[in-house]
Amino acid sequence: MSTDTNAAHAHGHHHGDGHAHGTFSSYMLGFVLSVVLTAIPFWLVMSGTLPSKQITALVIMAFAIVQIVVHMIYFLHMNAASENGWTLMALIFTIVMVVIALSGSLWVMSHLNSNMMPMHQMSGMK
Amino acid sequence: MTVAVHPSQTGEPVFYLADEHPHPEGWSTSLGFWIYLMSDCLIFAILFATYGVLGGNYAAGPAPKDLFDLNLVAVNTSMLLLSSITYGFAMLTMQQNKVAQTQAWLAITGLFGLAFIGIELFEFAHMIHEGATPQRSAFLSAFFTLVGTHGLHVSCGLIWLVTLMVQVRKFGLIEANRRRLMCLSMFWHFLDVVWIGVFTFVYLLGVLR
Repeated sequence: MSTDTNAAHAHGHHHGDGHAHGTFSSYMLGFVLSVVLTAIPFWLVMSGTLPSKQITALVIMAFAIVQIVVHMIYFLHMNAASENGWTLMALIFTIVMVVIALSGSLWVMSHLNSNMMPMHQMSGMK
Repeated sequence: MTVAVHPSQTGEPVFYLADEHPHPEGWSTSLGFWIYLMSDCLIFAILFATYGVLGGNYAAGPAPKDLFDLNLVAVNTSMLLLSSITYGFAMLTMQQNKVAQTQAWLAITGLFGLAFIGIELFEFAHMIHEGATPQRSAFLSAFFTLVGTHGLHVSCGLIWLVTLMVQVRKFGLIEANRRRLMCLSMFWHFLDVVWIGVFTFVYLLGVLR
């Protein structure tokens, strides 16, 4: 409820729902940013502009993270104030869980892969 | 309602409010729905982790580079992105109490969503036709589970969208329908956020690998 457009239509909602609404300009800004942040990674991969695959991978992952933040702010209207901060708390908790699940799985399984299949060593041990 | 529990040491009952003050109907819906979305996020996190672990196990079968057509994925991504902005327009016209325009934007959103599902099913059919079925390799099992689960969510969102269009047609933009449209808005934009992860980590990094 930060801009005049919202204030003009605030009568249509019951008060205190604590949920932020977007405006036409905020939706369009989010859309244009999303298009740019989607087009650049596709272009980078399809054209192979960057010298190495590692750099390209890091760059497109960075673009994905930025675009997720853009969607959160402009489309899902995330802010620290909505629902007295509980949506943000739930989001932070989820991000922590997701990071633990993803990094933990990848880390443990790659270690298992490298430690459990020493075929070349076993054939040499006899 | 006041309830007396635990008599105090002087023997006098201590009163406190057992119930909170009354809230308007649906006051906690958006927070509750957000928490549902976060739990859904965990489902996708597990599927992403599965794909991350198994995504390189081709079992001498086709690799992402042989299967994925990035032009098609780019078109698909733009369909979902366009449906996100048109749903945003539906929410804006809803706030201005314009029923017909809201319905029109919802219909356009549904068409973009339908195009997304259609292109995805076309891609799946093409892959299966080439022998790249979910049974072929661990990579393909993980791929079809992750992308299929996302597609299933979008399909459910489409059913929900049609249901809400019928609701708005019958009852207009009443408070309950506004709340439902807001929940679907969060659901729809959330699916677009998940798709960012899919096209980046599955398609782009897959072709790059």
